This record gives sequence, structure tokens and C-alpha cells, in this order.
Amino acid sequence: MTERAFHFRPHDVGRWAVWSGYALVLLLAPLVFSSSLSQTLLSQMGVAIIACLSYNILLGQGGMLSFGHAVYSGLGGFLAIHTLNLVGAGALHLPVSLVPMAGGLAGLFFAALLGFVTTRKSGTTFAMITLGIGELVWSMSLMLPEFFGGEGGVTSNRVVPPATLGITFGPQIQVYWLIALYCFVCTALMFAFTRTPLGRMLNAVRDNPERVAFIGYDTQRVRWFAFMIAGLFAGIAGGLAAINFELATAEVVSAQRSGAYLLFTFLGGSTAFFGPIIGGVLMVLATVVLSQLTKAWLLYLGFAFVLMVMYAPGGVAGLVLANLRLAAFGRLRPLLRGYLALAVAGALALTGASAMIEMLYQLQLNEALGPVMTFCGVSLDAKGASAWIGAAVLLAAGGAAFELARRRFRVRWDEAQADIERETTRREAA
Amino acid sequence: MTDAAARIALELRDVHKRFGKTEIIRGASLQVNAGERVAIIGPNGAGKSTLFNLISGRFAPSSGEILLNGARIDGAAPHRINRLGLARSFQVSNLFTHLSVFENLRCAVLWSLGYRYAFWRFLAGLHDANERARQVMALLQLDRRRDVLAMNLTYAEQRALEIGLTIAGGADVLLLDEPTAGMSKSETRRFVQLIRTVTEGKTLLTVEHDMGVVFGLADRIAVLVYGEVIAFDTPEAVRANPRVQEAYLGSSIAQTSAHADDAGDA
Repeated sequence: MTERAFHFRPHDVGRWAVWSGYALVLLLAPLVFSSSLSQTLLSQMGVAIIACLSYNILLGQGGMLSFGHAVYSGLGGFLAIHTLNLVGAGALHLPVSLVPMAGGLAGLFFAALLGFVTTRKSGTTFAMITLGIGELVWSMSLMLPEFFGGEGGVTSNRVVPPATLGITFGPQIQVYWLIALYCFVCTALMFAFTRTPLGRMLNAVRDNPERVAFIGYDTQRVRWFAFMIAGLFAGIAGGLAAINFELATAEVVSAQRSGAYLLFTFLGGSTAFFGPIIGGVLMVLATVVLSQLTKAWLLYLGFAFVLMVMYAPGGVAGLVLANLRLAAFGRLRPLLRGYLALAVAGALALTGASAMIEMLYQLQLNEALGPVMTFCGVSLDAKGASAWIGAAVLLAAGGAAFELARRRFRVRWDEAQADIERETTRREAA
Repeated sequence: MTDAAARIALELRDVHKRFGKTEIIRGASLQVNAGERVAIIGPNGAGKSTLFNLISGRFAPSSGEILLNGARIDGAAPHRINRLGLARSFQVSNLFTHLSVFENLRCAVLWSLGYRYAFWRFLAGLHDANERARQVMALLQLDRRRDVLAMNLTYAEQRALEIGLTIAGGADVLLLDEPTAGMSKSETRRFVQLIRTVTEGKTLLTVEHDMGVVFGLADRIAVLVYGEVIAFDTPEAVRANPRVQEAYLGSSIAQTSAHADDAGDA
């Protein structure tokens, strides 16, 4: 019996369906969301997906908590934009579509160089070193304006005549197609990586580095090689971003950017391969859309992150998988009412809380505009007692209802899990 | 005795290990022949686990030499020692907790089959690695638990997988650190049989507290007291040795010998 025959199960068919579906979403997204704003957002999402997936090679697959992943995407971005400028000046003959590869090679090179030091240690020490290297590169960006462009950054022009097959990369949609193609190929390659000896040993190093040494592997090597692969894909993401914005500023290597990779990869879910894809989408929605809606967006984001760390450490992907498991055992339906109750109560509490937050921001930051503001279509007077009382009541009532719903849900959830546990044991024994 | 049988697989020459001012190993010397099963016994704190850690490369000795098949390995990194053909198990199961039984075993065979750090080949296509992992899984009677995560196994299953990780790479010299620790009598009996099977034709060095297992399994017994090997001989000779009886509460050895023959028959 060969391994291939042994492995053939319905989920292999499912896998084809999933990948076709992924390609289809990438293809149809700009047709469904066709406004120019949507195209911009979708392009950024594609870039963020590659970046978060590459970060998860470290975090989820290798147990390496890096605080400096933006170093590799950022330096990739700078190298790509300088390459693009060389191409534009005619000093280098390279199709614009391959410029992100220059970013990838830069990411790979710097990950090999800096990662050699970083990956000698694991755990807390590793995290500290990545933080240090992140600060180091950030300070370099201020010291070397020739390369990093100083405060204004380095600008470029992605339209380099002559056009090939009518593709100029002038219109945003053409850039989107380039990003979508890279996104699909990079996702597939990074998924393939998880199925290779190095990919599996990386999981082993995450679980138990000590034991890895006693089965013949050098744990530092495993971490270093994985770090380089993560750097390569981060660099490609940086290169795509450079083409997309025709600009690279010091912000792209900043600790803030590194923090965003960590935060959104975690929110999306670091334990499942597809988690960072969700994370990348959330990253753009939060940093571009949410930040337009409210000045308090970082506060909401921090709140969501804390809740996620405490109650759903598997991120969105973890929640999805847990519910798929319930559905597979026919246990999801009885929980739907509980979910509805949680959602309604949660929405009420959130409305009350955010009304107060927005009123506070109105008073503190928008003083010139006066205390009257519009929130969810309702006019509120931030200096009047009635608005505050109303919001507080909403928060209290919603919060109490949420807590009640949560307790009932918890009981149902635990029952369902216990049933599934029994069912699995029964099947194993059969 | 043929030449091969008399070949020395593992040798310790006057090995010392100090932690600060405390000297745990004080000049331990030992010669283990290829194909031999040796048990190390000794009272708590005699330095048995430290000795294992020195041999397997977890610690470097303060002085002295350790030779594996004639080559110096003292102070070498664990992965280098493993590549030279020495594998060890741990007293507390040391597994890849979030990987399945099969994945645990496959990880343990990859290096020995030469796949190193390959990221250009799919695991599913490595027929020899998959076959070897499956063989070991069958040997451990864990086939039915193929896809269960190591952390969800029962205690006895984890102990079995611990042995599996140690032998999967095909090392010639095996160090088993209290393989039957915490097991019931019947589990121990089954386990001794398993160890006997998987160490067939290999050199075995084991630390064991269960005298039944020791006398049932070992060709020779090394007695370690306060960091020194005070006796190294056949079970019968060790049992009769007055120095051993004096140092190692001889009564306990005498008492357990009957029970030992029991386990030996298993």
C-alpha cells in the first residue's frame, strides 16, 4: 500500500475545492467590489495576506514571537522601489511584474544575515533580539536618507513604457491582478512548505526544541532556514506594496508595522494555516476602513485583541474550525439561538460603550466642532446628561444580557463538546 | 565470543562532572560492548540521569573522555552525537505535543534517512520515511492511534511513543532513562517485552529503578554510587558483591530477585 493511496480521503477532493474557491474569490472580488476605493483596498489586502502568512511561518508554525518582521517586508519594499527606479531610468531591464521578486530576494538576504543572529536563541530571548534588530533598522532609516529617503520616503513610478500586452500597471486594477497572482502563488507555496520535511521539523521545534536535537536536527538551523523563507515572502509582500503605493517610507520598517503583523496574524488565527489570510483582510479593514470611521479605532482594536487573547486564542480561524467541528457532528444547530442571543446582547453593549467613547473623543479632540455629534444616525449632545445616561443604560443592559447569554451558551457549548468527545471515543473503539 | 560481540560500543574514561562546587560524577569509567544490554542502578542522587545527560550531549563533562564506537563525543552537541548513532529517551515523556503519533515518528526518522532540511520535497512522497514510521508505529501497537495528538495519548501510550522516538532513527546505541517509570505491573511486563524486541541486536544502556526490569533485561549491571561506578558485572555477580550490598541496601536487591525472575519470564 503506497502512502498516496493510503492518504486518499474525501478531504483531498475538498482541498481542490478550497483552492479553486480561493482563486475564484481573488478573481471575482474586484468584479463584485468594483469601485476604485474597493480596488485599492483589495490590492492592500492581497499584500497583507502574503505578509501575515509569512509572519505565521514564524509565529504559528515555528513558535517564534517576532517583534521585527516589518524589517524584512520593509527592506524588501525599499529594495523593490530602488529597483523600480532603476528600471524606470532604463539602467536595468526587468519587467515591472518581476520587481517584487527583487523585494523577495532582499527579504531573503537580510533574513539570512540578521536571522543568523536572531535564530540562535528561542523564546523570550528570540523575541528580545527581534525587537532590538527592529529598532536598529528603524534608526538606520533615519541615519541613511540616501537609501531610505528621509521623511518623505522614496517615490517611484510604476508605469514604465513600453507596455507589454497592453499592461502598463497604470490603472489600479492591473496592479490588483499582479498582486492577486502573487498572492495565490505565494499562498500555495507557503502551504506546500508546511508539507515538507523542513516545515514539519519547524513544528517539532515549536513543540519541543530539546527533543529535536536528540533526533539529529540542529534546532538553530531549522529556525534559521524557516526565518529565511519567512523573510523571502515578507520581502515579496513589501515589493508588491512598493509597486502599489509607488512609495516607501520609513514607516514600512517600523515597530508599529511589525506590531500590526503580530496583532492581525493572531486575530486571524495562528494555529490554522488560513488564519493569517483572515488576518490580512482584517488588517486592511481596520487600518484603512475603521480608521476612517472613527478616531478611536486603535482603542477598539486593542479591545478586540485583548478579548481574543483571553477567550479565543485560536483567533477567527480557531472559531471557524471549532464550529465546523460542531457542524460535522451535527451539534451546531442547537447553538445557533445562543449565538443569536450573544450577538444581539453584544451589539447593544458595544453600541452603548462606543457611544460613550465617541462622545469622549468628541469632547477631547473635536472641541472646535462643539459637543453635538452624530452617532449611528442619532444626534447626541456630548455635554448633555441624557446622552451619557442613555449610553450607560444601553451598556449596562447589553452587558448584563451578554453575561447571561454567555453563561447559558457556555453550558450548551460544554455539553456539545463532551458529546463529541464521547462520540469520538466510541468511534475509535468500534 | 566473536570479534564483533567484543567490540566496545560506548566507553567512559574517568568522567567527572561538577556543578559549581558539587561534584556529581566523580571519575566514572565504563565499557559497554556492542550488542550488550546494560542497566545502571544506584540510589537516588547517585548521578544516573546526569551520566545519561553527559553521554547524550545535554551537558559537557568537566573532564574525562566519552567514546562512541571509538570516536570522542564528550562535549559534542546532542544532534551531532545522535547522527553518530546514539539515541536516548527521557524519564519524563518528551514528545512533540501538538503533532500526531505518526508525525512524531516521521520526524524521528527524517534525519537518518537523509532528508535533512529539505523544503523542496513533500513528506507524503517520502515512501521510506512513511514506511519506517508506520513500522515503528505497529511495533509500539499505536496503529489505531495514528492521528491522535501526542498530548492526548494515555500515559502508557506516551511512554511507548517516547521509546518510539528513540528507536525510529535506527541508532545502534540506545539510552533509555527509566522507560517503565510510573507504569503498572502488567504494563511494565508488556513494556519490558517491547524493549527487548526493539533493542534486538542493539547496544542498550538503561537507567531503571524497578529491580524486576533490571534483572530481567540486563546482561550486565553497573552500580553507580556517589558518582562512581563501584561494580560492573553480571546480575548474579552484582547481587553477590558485598560492596554493592553495603552501598546499595543489599537487602532490596535480594528481596526483588524473586520478582525479577518473574518479569524476566514475561
